[in-house]
Amino acid sequence: MIKARVTVTLKDGVLDPQGKAIEGALRALSFSGVGEVRQGKVFDIELDTADRARAQADLKDMCERLLANTVIEDYSIAIT
Amino acid sequence: MKSAVIQLPGLNRDRDMIAALTKISGKPPLTVWQTETELPDVDLIVIPGGFSYGDYLRCGAIAARMPVMRAVAEKAAQGVLVMGVCNGFQILLEAGLLPGALMRNASLKFVCRHVKLQVANANTAFTRAYSPGQIIRCPVAHHDGNYFADPETLARIEGEGQVVFRYAEGTNPNGSVNDIAGIVNEAGNVLGLMPHPENLIEDAHGGTDGRPLFESVMSLAA
Repeated sequence: MIKARVTVTLKDGVLDPQGKAIEGALRALSFSGVGEVRQGKVFDIELDTADRARAQADLKDMCERLLANTVIEDYSIAIT
Repeated sequence: MKSAVIQLPGLNRDRDMIAALTKISGKPPLTVWQTETELPDVDLIVIPGGFSYGDYLRCGAIAARMPVMRAVAEKAAQGVLVMGVCNGFQILLEAGLLPGALMRNASLKFVCRHVKLQVANANTAFTRAYSPGQIIRCPVAHHDGNYFADPETLARIEGEGQVVFRYAEGTNPNGSVNDIAGIVNEAGNVLGLMPHPENLIEDAHGGTDGRPLFESVMSLAA
C-alpha cells in the first residue's frame, strides 16, 4: 500500500480572508513577527497499489478533477 | 414553459424554486434526482440553492461530480437554458460550465439580507424582461459568494457582456470582484447568480423584482 499526502493551497494573488483572520488572531495572541498567513487543506490518501508511478498519475488526476479547484488553488503531492 | 429542478442531498431552496416556477409558469417543474443520467426535454433546467453535500471540500464541488451534472452539461451544450442560484451557481462553476470561482465572503460572515442589483446586461435570455441598467432589489443568503476570476478571464467576461448582474449602490455583500453577482457563459444559455430571484416574485414576498427573470425565459419558451 502507498500512502500519500496531497496539499492544496490558494494560488498567489488569490485573496484569503480566512488566512487574514488567522493572522490577526495570532497577533492577538501576542506572537511577534507574524507575517502573512495562508490557509490550505491536507488530504492523506491510501492507495492499494505498490506501483509508485501509477499512484503519482492517479493522484495528479484526483487533484485536477476533484481535490483542487485549479482556478484558485495549487496542489502538491508527496508519496511516503 | 416546461422546466426541471435538479435535486441533490443538502439543497434546501428546491421547494422555493418549485413554488416560484409553478406560480409563474402555471405548471409544476419536473424534479430530477442526482443519480439520473438523462434529463427530460424542458425549456429550463434549474439548480437551486442550499448546502449540497454539506459544502464539504468546497461549495458545490461534490455535487458537480454527480451523474446528473454530466446530463446538465450535455443539455447546456445543446443550448438548453440552465440557471444555477446560490449553491447552484457554485455547482455550475465547479462543473466548469461557467468561468471563475466563488470564495468565502470577504467579511467571513454569512450574509442574509436584501441587496440592490443592477441589470448589467438586459440582452440575455434571462434578463430581456428587465430594462438595461435597471436597479432591482433581491435577497441574498450565503457564506461563499465572493466571485473571483483571474485577470484574463475577468477581462474576457467583462468584454463579452457575460456579467449580467452587479451589486449596486454599495450593497456588495461579499467582496466580489467588480461587484459581480451573476454571469452567463459565452453562449449565453447558462446563468449563475448568488441572489435568490425565486424569493421575490409576489407581493407577499415584499416585492416582485425577481419575477421578470422567469418571465424572460417564459417568453422565449412560448
